[in-house]
Amino acid sequence: MSAPERILQVDIRRGGEAGDYERFEVPERENQTVLDVVTYIQRHLDAALAYRFSCRVGVCGSCAMTVNGRPRWTCRTHVARVVRGGKLTLAPLANLPVIRDLVTDMTPFFEKWQAARGRFVPGDGPRGEMAAVSPGDKQRMAASDAIECINCGVCHAACDVVSWREDYLGPAALNRAWAAWNDVRDGDRNGILRAVTSGGGCHTCHTHQSCAEHCPVSLNPTFSIAGLKRESLKAKLRGELK
Amino acid sequence: MTPLSYALQRGTAMLMAPLIVIHLAVIIWAVQGGLSAEEILSRTRGSLPWGVFYGLFVLASAIHAGIGVQTILREWTPLGRLASANIGHGLIVVLWALGARAVYAVVWA
Ligand code: SF4
Ligand code: SF4
Ligand code: FES
Repeated sequence: MSAPERILQVDIRRGGEAGDYERFEVPERENQTVLDVVTYIQRHLDAALAYRFSCRVGVCGSCAMTVNGRPRWTCRTHVARVVRGGKLTLAPLANLPVIRDLVTDMTPFFEKWQAARGRFVPGDGPRGEMAAVSPGDKQRMAASDAIECINCGVCHAACDVVSWREDYLGPAALNRAWAAWNDVRDGDRNGILRAVTSGGGCHTCHTHQSCAEHCPVSLNPTFSIAGLKRESLKAKLRGELK
Repeated sequence: MTPLSYALQRGTAMLMAPLIVIHLAVIIWAVQGGLSAEEILSRTRGSLPWGVFYGLFVLASAIHAGIGVQTILREWTPLGRLASANIGHGLIVVLWALGARAVYAVVWA
């Protein structure tokens, strides 16, 4: 005789900016992820449920939601690890506008990446000339530590300062800027420091590490931000940040 | 925060750490067996070292508090950058003036 099927009580926030929770009952399975639960609901209980995912293996960064109050990547979060008394509460990521149900508008998040100048700007050296960057180079290693970001927005949702100050660039954008600044091939590295020191830039961070604590791929944006604070102060004292 | 106010905030914190420890240690040591205003004043009057010590203390804490309050206002109230900065800077001046007056009173007056 097989054991009776156990049922998860899943509360999902429905609607747009103003919404409410709706209860679903989902059979518990072994090795079930939170994303599996949401997919089950969408396939079997309510086809109108809006959520976002792509890779299902922790690479694309599109499946992040608030799970029992904490921002998490849902495709790699096992239900068994987070369920409380047979209950799951799912909501869209915090600190971003809600489009519908579990889907947030990531536009402000990526606009901040642009504002932090987290992209490569080529120098004006001759074409075809390759910069030689040794794998053991200090800056190369600093860039490597920061580069593996999957753009999931979990740190952005976990940062109190993002919720307090609309103009704060946030951990992900600043972490990206730090990776970009450590690329010695970049043609305007002081431009990055200018971008991250204006308005709600890196000095707005309180260094309380909530971002690092929540990052699913174990990056440490706090460390990157500390690097930006240090380097922008040095550049300022050298008179390079006008 | 700008890079410079960040540097000032960190710098004043670093300066205040030993000053606070000395300040507290001296209080604890000095109150052993009771303490009167005359005793305090007899030590501080005309003392250049205590004048410099508390002069620095007052300046560092005024700057540190002003920048901190400016940040808190920006994060917790609807005040914008300029209003928060003005209040923060005003606070630096007020705290410094009150502190400097006290230092003057116990050292030189
Ligand atoms: S360390 Fe900085 S970026 Fe990270 S959560 Fe705290 S304030 Fe936000
Ligand atoms: S730093 Fe980590 S938590 Fe933040 S967006 Fe990148 S992968 Fe996600
Ligand atoms: S679906 Fe791609 S990271 Fe979760």
